[in-house]
Formats: sequence, structure tokens, C-alpha cells
Amino acid sequence: MVELKGSDTDFALVSGVRSGDESAMARLYDKYSSIVYSVALRVLGDTGIAEDVLQEVFMQLWRNPGVFDSNRGNLAAWLSVIARNRAIDNLRKRRPETDIDDVVVSVVPDLASDTERSRAMQKVRGTLGAMPDTQRTALEMAYFEGLTHSEIAAKTGEPLGTIKTRIRSALLALRKAFEV
Amino acid sequence: MSEHEQFGEDLALYALGVLAGYELVDLEKHLHDCVSCRRELDQLRGDMALMALAAAGPAPPKRAGERLMTAIHREPHSSQVHQPGRSWWGALGWVVAAVMAVGVFWFWRQSDSMAQLSAGLKNDLAHQREELSKTRVALDTLTSEKSQSITVLPVDWKGAPPPQGKAIYERDRSSLVFIASNLPALPPQKAYELWLIPKEGAPIPAGVFKPDARGSATVMNPPLPPQVEAKAFAITIEVETGATTPTMPITMMGTGE
Repeated sequence: MVELKGSDTDFALVSGVRSGDESAMARLYDKYSSIVYSVALRVLGDTGIAEDVLQEVFMQLWRNPGVFDSNRGNLAAWLSVIARNRAIDNLRKRRPETDIDDVVVSVVPDLASDTERSRAMQKVRGTLGAMPDTQRTALEMAYFEGLTHSEIAAKTGEPLGTIKTRIRSALLALRKAFEV
Repeated sequence: MSEHEQFGEDLALYALGVLAGYELVDLEKHLHDCVSCRRELDQLRGDMALMALAAAGPAPPKRAGERLMTAIHREPHSSQVHQPGRSWWGALGWVVAAVMAVGVFWFWRQSDSMAQLSAGLKNDLAHQREELSKTRVALDTLTSEKSQSITVLPVDWKGAPPPQGKAIYERDRSSLVFIASNLPALPPQKAYELWLIPKEGAPIPAGVFKPDARGSATVMNPPLPPQVEAKAFAITIEVETGATTPTMPITMMGTGE
């Protein structure tokens, strides 16, 4: 496992960004641009728009680093939630619906290092792979396509309540996979 | 099913940003007051963050990083921005403009939810009107002089039907309905008074009433103190304005079933 130096911890880097240190911002980008870009690309399916979302998310952090603090969860998780929500807003051609100030993420594994993220990624993919197809599909349609449960029900022909239950159960299954 | 359990599935949809309509309005109202559901929402967002890992893969092209660094280099950082001598009057204009912009956006965003909420409220109102109408009919039937009051007795009963009353009391709501029949006529300037006899303490006045010509009477929801456990109900004859303590003798009395 790669040990992070004190000056490269998220806390130290965000502190640097707060004081206008561009190199701190560059290191944060190096650490987390991949997770932000890949979730935006998966949602949007367009590299150009995914790059725009990537730019927007990190510019928000640069302009207003105070919106993130350690009480909001770990930075990787927080950025990924913001990125996914912005990508969905783009996909659905709507104005940003999530106030960045409101997002608090209670996570789970520390995703600060490449090794930890890689391990977590394998576990997530394993958990999704073990789910019934109908459950995984319902979650993916809500998560990556931003479809409401009514829209998913209309597409799949399943009852609304069933869709709701599947989505929640799928998210809880992911949580459970990381419980010690 | 607990209230939190009821909102559990909606919370997952809310975390994903895909809840709409009434359910969205109801949940946001609940979240405002419910710490445990807000905590669960934060956890669901954590679960969402894990889901992002399923997409992990391609790194962004090099040009994206260069574009970002160029942009942040050009844009003065908030920690470096200094505007000497700028009047707060000038800032006030921007603040007003920002507030108006936020207001317009907020109203735009709320309009759809409000339209759905409005439709729902109309349905609720129609339903409540129907329920109220039924309740009024029931009350009118109980209290109307035109209603027939028939006492049902054993078929071999001899003589006039006895006076009787029925008190229906719900402690948690302090709600009382009392229905009496075949009551004897009262002396002039007198009235019957109903008393709630609590398990502890003095009798509590529960309504003054006079029977109609057929001896029937009804008392509906008299003012009562909250959460009093009733041991019995009793009736005495008092002055027309009622008394604060019962005057003996007790003419009728019944204990709880």
C-alpha cells in the first residue's frame, strides 16, 4: 500500500487550495480527475462534455474550497457524487439541481490512494455482478441515466414499488459489502 | 411500518436525485425535522460514491488537465482578491441582483413541484370535505328533533323502557360523546349535568343538558382537561347553568367497560 506523505493528504491539499496554491490544486487533480472524469463519461457517453463536467467540478473546488471540509466525508467520494450529479444535470438538460453546499457524504472506505480505490472498485464490481440482473439494472438506470422510478417502471414494465425496493436494496448491498 | 421505514425507499431515490412530485415534497418536509433520516441520506450518498467506482476506468486526456490549470491560473483566487476602496453601495447592487437571480431560479425550480402539490391538496381537500359531510350527517342524525329514537329492549320486557345513557370517551383526545334516552322530565330551572369521575381527584363537569320531549339528549365533546383516565361517568340534577361540584344524589352512573 502506498503511504501518503503529510503534504499530500487531502486535508493538506485542500488547505493549500484555500490559500491559492495552484500546485496543490494540480496534485488534487492528478489524484482525483480519473474518478470524476470516468463517472461523467459513463453518464454522458461523450468525451467532450465529460471534460466540461470535469473542468466544472474542479473549478468549483478552486473557486470555493470552503464547501468541502472533512465533515463532508472523504474528498474522493464527495467529488464523485458532485460529478455524477452534474453529469446527470447535463444529460437531462436541466439546471444544476444539487446545491454543492448541501452534499454530505458518509463513506465507508478511504479512497485516497490508488491502491485503496482499486481494491474498492473490484469489490463494487463484484457486488454488482452478484446482484440479480433486475436489481442491478434498476440501480444503473437511476444512477447512470438519472431516470426516476416512474420512468424505470415504464421502461421495464415493473411496478413502481418493486423498482423503489430494488434501488434501495442495491445501494444497501453496496454498503454492506464494505462493512467490517 | 415505522415512519422512517416508510421514507427509506424514497431516501434512496432522493440521494440519487430521481425523486419527484409529492414524494419529493413530503420527504423534504420530513428531512427538515428528522436527524436520523438526514444521517441515512448522508450514508446513501456514500453508497452512491461507491457506485461511481463501477465506472472507474479511463483517465482524462492530458489536455483536460492543461485546460484546468490554465483556467485557474487566469482566474484570481478568492484568497488573493482584494478590492481597495470599493464602496459597499456598489456591492449592494450585486447582492440584490444575486438575491433576485436566486429567487427566480428557486421559483422556477419549485413551480413543477408546487403544481403537483396543488393537485394533491385539491384531492385531499375533496376527500376531507366528503368525510366532513358524512360526519355532519351523523351528528345531525344524533341531535335532530326529527330523528326517531328507538330503544331496543328484550321482547319480554314489561313496562316503560328504563332511562339509560352511553358515554363514549377517548382519553388521548379528551373526546366524549354521550347519548341518553328515556330520561325523566326535569323540574323547572334545572338541568342534568354529566360528570367524568377520574381515577384520582374530584369529579369533572362534562356538560349540562336537557332532554327533549321524548327524554333523549346528546352531549358532544364538552371541554375536558387532557389525558384524564375515567373511572366512571355520572349524572346529577343541577341548576340550569351547571355546577362545579356534583349535587347529591347521583341519578345515573356507569363504570368503564
